[in-house]
Amino acid sequence: MGSLTKADMAERLYEDLGLNKREAKEMVEAFFDEIRMSLAENEQVKLSGFGNFDLRDKRERPGRNPKTGEEVPISARRVVTFRPGQKLKERVEAYEGD
Amino acid sequence: MTKSELIERLIDQNEQLSIKDVELAVKTMLDHMTESLSQGDRIEIRGFGSFSLHFREPRVGRNPKTGDSVSLDAKYVPHFKPGKELREQVNDSLKNERS
Repeated sequence: MGSLTKADMAERLYEDLGLNKREAKEMVEAFFDEIRMSLAENEQVKLSGFGNFDLRDKRERPGRNPKTGEEVPISARRVVTFRPGQKLKERVEAYEGD
Repeated sequence: MTKSELIERLIDQNEQLSIKDVELAVKTMLDHMTESLSQGDRIEIRGFGSFSLHFREPRVGRNPKTGDSVSLDAKYVPHFKPGKELREQVNDSLKNERS
């Protein structure tokens, strides 16, 4: 099973859109950087068709060190969640497995 | 931030590219990602995170309106796991608000 990387995405921008290799590489970097910076500023990202990246604040909760069994609180934190959009969900549901 | 706001931000950074190029680039990247996942391939973006598929067993569900049971086929759903850098930056934004 393959795995899509930034290099593969840049290659497609070069082949299909005719961006030069440097432009293509920078475009892919900037695309993910912009999404990351938006989330780092607590701003939700909505990419219609693909999905939404949401932010959730979790309160502190009790946890345990799995090695020692000792109780250690898990501190309050902010996490990113992804909700796939309708189009992506439908396309993935059609996948039959291998 | 919506898709059109993302496109605007990318246009501001890439003055050598036309608006059309940037619009098409964003569409091409999102289509490429959708295509990979729908073929069962993972997406791995260093620093950002990875997308993969999770399997859902077949189950009997209910029509919420009528209460009738419906059998639902097994399926795959997309799953995103944020990378370390993204996780830390997002969590830091909470810490910074509180300090």
